[in-house]
Amino acid sequence: MKIYSSSVLAALLVPLILTACNKQSEPAAAEASGGSDITIKIGAAAPLTGPQAHLGKDNENGTRMAIEDANAKGIMIGGKKVRFELVSEDDQVDPKMATIVAQNLVDAKVNGVIGHMNSGTTIPASRIYHDNGIPQISPSATAVAYTAQGYDNVFRVMANDSQQGRVLGEFAAKKLGAKKIAVIDDRTAYGQGIADEFVKSAEASGAQIIAREYTSDRAVDFTAVLTSIKGKQPDLIFFGGMDPQSAPMVKQLRGLGVKTQFMTGDGSYTPSFIQNAGAASEGTYASLPGVPFDQMPGGKDFVARYEAKYKQPIQLYAPYCYDAVNVMIDAMQKAGSAEPAKYLPEMRKLVHDGVTARIAFDEKGDLKGGAITLYQVREGKWQPVQTMGAAQQ
Amino acid sequence: MKLHRPANRHLLVALVLLVLPFIIDSLFGHGWVRIADFALLYIMLALGLNIVVGYAGLLDLGYIAFFAVGAYTYALLGSPQFGLHWPVWVVLPLGALLACIFGVLLGAPTLRLRGDYLAIVTLGFGEIIRIFMNNLNAPVNITNGPQGISMIDPLHVGDFSIGQRHELFGLDISSLHLHYYLFLGFTLLVVLVSRRLENSRIGRAWMAIREDEVAASAMGINTRNVKLLAFAMGATFGGISGGLFAGFQGFVSPESFSLMESIMVLCMVVLGGMGNIGGVVLGGVLLVILPEAFRHGAGPLQQALFGAVVVDPESLRMLLFGLALILVMLWRPAGLWPSAQRRRELAPDETVAQQEQETVYDHSR
Amino acid sequence: MIVDIFVQQIINGIVQGSVYALVALGYTMVYGILGLINFAHGEVVMVGAMVALTVLQALLAAAVAPLLAILLSLLAAMAVCMALGYGIERVAYRPLRNAPRLAPLITAIGVSIVLQNLAMMIWGREYHAFPLPLDNALHALGGAIITNVQIAIVLVAVAVMALLLLIVHRTRLGRAMRAVAENPAAAMLMGVDINRVISATFMLGSALAAVAGFMVSANYGIVHYYMGFMLGLKAFTAAVLGGIGNLRGAMLGGLLLGLIESLGAGYIGDLSGGFFGSNYQDVFAFMVLIAVLIFRPSGLLGERVAERA
Repeated sequence: MKIYSSSVLAALLVPLILTACNKQSEPAAAEASGGSDITIKIGAAAPLTGPQAHLGKDNENGTRMAIEDANAKGIMIGGKKVRFELVSEDDQVDPKMATIVAQNLVDAKVNGVIGHMNSGTTIPASRIYHDNGIPQISPSATAVAYTAQGYDNVFRVMANDSQQGRVLGEFAAKKLGAKKIAVIDDRTAYGQGIADEFVKSAEASGAQIIAREYTSDRAVDFTAVLTSIKGKQPDLIFFGGMDPQSAPMVKQLRGLGVKTQFMTGDGSYTPSFIQNAGAASEGTYASLPGVPFDQMPGGKDFVARYEAKYKQPIQLYAPYCYDAVNVMIDAMQKAGSAEPAKYLPEMRKLVHDGVTARIAFDEKGDLKGGAITLYQVREGKWQPVQTMGAAQQ
Repeated sequence: MKLHRPANRHLLVALVLLVLPFIIDSLFGHGWVRIADFALLYIMLALGLNIVVGYAGLLDLGYIAFFAVGAYTYALLGSPQFGLHWPVWVVLPLGALLACIFGVLLGAPTLRLRGDYLAIVTLGFGEIIRIFMNNLNAPVNITNGPQGISMIDPLHVGDFSIGQRHELFGLDISSLHLHYYLFLGFTLLVVLVSRRLENSRIGRAWMAIREDEVAASAMGINTRNVKLLAFAMGATFGGISGGLFAGFQGFVSPESFSLMESIMVLCMVVLGGMGNIGGVVLGGVLLVILPEAFRHGAGPLQQALFGAVVVDPESLRMLLFGLALILVMLWRPAGLWPSAQRRRELAPDETVAQQEQETVYDHSR
Repeated sequence: MIVDIFVQQIINGIVQGSVYALVALGYTMVYGILGLINFAHGEVVMVGAMVALTVLQALLAAAVAPLLAILLSLLAAMAVCMALGYGIERVAYRPLRNAPRLAPLITAIGVSIVLQNLAMMIWGREYHAFPLPLDNALHALGGAIITNVQIAIVLVAVAVMALLLLIVHRTRLGRAMRAVAENPAAAMLMGVDINRVISATFMLGSALAAVAGFMVSANYGIVHYYMGFMLGLKAFTAAVLGGIGNLRGAMLGGLLLGLIESLGAGYIGDLSGGFFGSNYQDVFAFMVLIAVLIFRPSGLLGERVAERA
């Protein structure tokens, strides 16, 4: 039995090795080039399972919608009619899984990648896209480190932590006049990043940070840290984290009888924040990079079409994914090619009017001077308060 | 060529392992070579945990901590974080040594604990290490906190980095393949050490403790030292694997070292067959490949069965994985490939007992 | 003010601890009888919360009286969880009763993964707001504040524990449970139907999980398919802290863990001069656990018995 299976295996091996060697000698990029191929693959990566799956699915929806729109329009690139195809992968918010799906996307010969959603997955994956020369636009990774690696193929269509935290800190200290501020973060790359930048900017604007507390991205009970903060009587509480935490947090805050102003970043600018926090959400401030939808050309239309198509409200980053795809297509059209090496230089030059903002990239791939809008929950709805230019790069 | 001769069989296995990445590459693509690389890292981890759980019978739910220690040692000493770029041949052994020290440090207070109490304490230690790594960015920035450490040096010896493709013997070999060979070398080393340990005095002492600690102690085994040695050996393997992981991935952050990872490694050991090296290797390979296979297979399979994709393949993947865990354990409670000794203990039925007697009889004749 | 804050932290700890205790009871009952860590228990809590949510939403939409709706949804959650607990034991644990000890641990993990992903497919990936049709008024206790739901949680937890002790110590079923825990073989010889007792234990524990799931959801007002994992882990820790297999131990462990967490998160920063903060809350909890186990290797109220093989 053993002899049999071993020799069969040996017989199978020889031709395989030969084909393997042949394949290796071919130039790998040949198939990826535009050539006569009229199908262009766009890769997308986001967590589709796990605790942030609801946001990841929202990202995928936004990306898919952009691709279907482009196909409906019948885009021409380099004089040929093209069809876009979505290759969606689940990175499970796991850095290791992110590198595997990145490799899968590279293998699938995608011409560009929209993703990943989180900074912790975007950074390790970017190394693989970079090694294979594939442009990557993250719709939502905001960690400064992502574009600080010196890679020429990485972009994002959202203000980074530093840009956003700075605006929030200034607003809290100057506009809202907060003198004593308590800061909580969820110890994720996003939450800690934005909270640190907020602290720097608030202190620079004259406010004092009287408490720095922490929670986790799995927690639902915050009464202990909120009670501790209550004892220090701050003028404002800032939270760096996402809506699964901020909604119960503000609810528990009001439950403890604390009426202090509550402020948070883009991770809480969601319909589910208001839905889950209920009446306690009233008065909460949150920021979101970009300009309010109704002030953007095509913004309102986008919201209506998304809701009609997916039968649910936009969670968070779908419009950014939509823009990211369109930026990529725009660059391909300008270059007249979907080949990464050809359209990559165009990415740096273009100015694209998207549904979230006017998008242009600086030399690192960060959003150039992007606007950031501050919103407040009033009468159960997110209402824009003020749009500010992001501080200088 | 007589394949049943051990030397020839080894040669064949060696040949298969050598050409395996090329086969995988040509059949399934680069992505699967990367998965094979991860599988090797996990096999090392599983073999390390096998020493603690499989040989010495100490249930450890925080094993991933040692992987983390190895990974962070490599990351801190080979990245722009401190501007240190120490050579790999210093950093890797150092990571293994540190992991070993942590193994003893964590093992020492738990010596009196048994079974499930030990499980929860090791789980606690695993979480403590992760929490420290997640928070040691203030007041002094050591680990860069949740942001993780990026731009880690690729694995390299002198100027030869395996982080890029190379022309070797007329073949264009990609970085993934090079990593495969490096990891394979380390895995074989770990397998070899495991095998030698298994049949050594120490190995027998571990198994004696696993079966009955009181009896083992009565037989003159210094249970304290022997248990600590199990923790230390297991941790060392974890540390090596962690260092390789950091160099391979180029980025480490605390989220890679969550409790779920410890549980996955434990599943590999138990599912494959505790205490049996072959079984543990099999468990490692299966548990890395299964979720990926479901990821790629769930969509087309539904297409074939129902003519349409009924359920989102991504949601189905983990569901199928969970089901597979349950079914395999129900089907083979001692693991897919249990050690012969344990199988005899667990299934003392007539035929096995008879076979055993026969072999004994054969030998005496 | 300082006293008020301290009292508030104690209240926080007791409320949180009551929830841990309820879930910990499920772990400890199963462990006491089978010597098995039922890793899927946290997911049963989650299923309880999800079922309660669905039924409550439906009833409220049908304009059923709020109190009745709450009661009915709680009963529905308990019924579903009891069936689930029974099913889990039959499918994943019973066939492995004589298997190596770690085999059921793996099937438990498998069940946990399956339940989580099934819940994701049924109830979706989003977070759901848990409706509470009653007025959740704040009450002042000196300078500290407690809500109606929090009072209810503590009261229900105490009532459930009393009831459970009554069942275990005063009924035939309880006597059978204790007998099986003590010595299954002897119990069987005495005419105890072991399988039935074990099934009953799982169902009882799962019913408690449903109650816990309902109360957690009502308190935080938010439900998600991933909520069971952390809660289960904390409750398991609490059960071990108190001495796993011991009912009073689970209650004590739960309350203690709740208090340790809340006092730890509240004061560790000031006590360590800002070096450690609430980010080390879990470290603090585990340190206490490890310290307790070093001095009392079987937990606070655990019996010092030789471990089963």
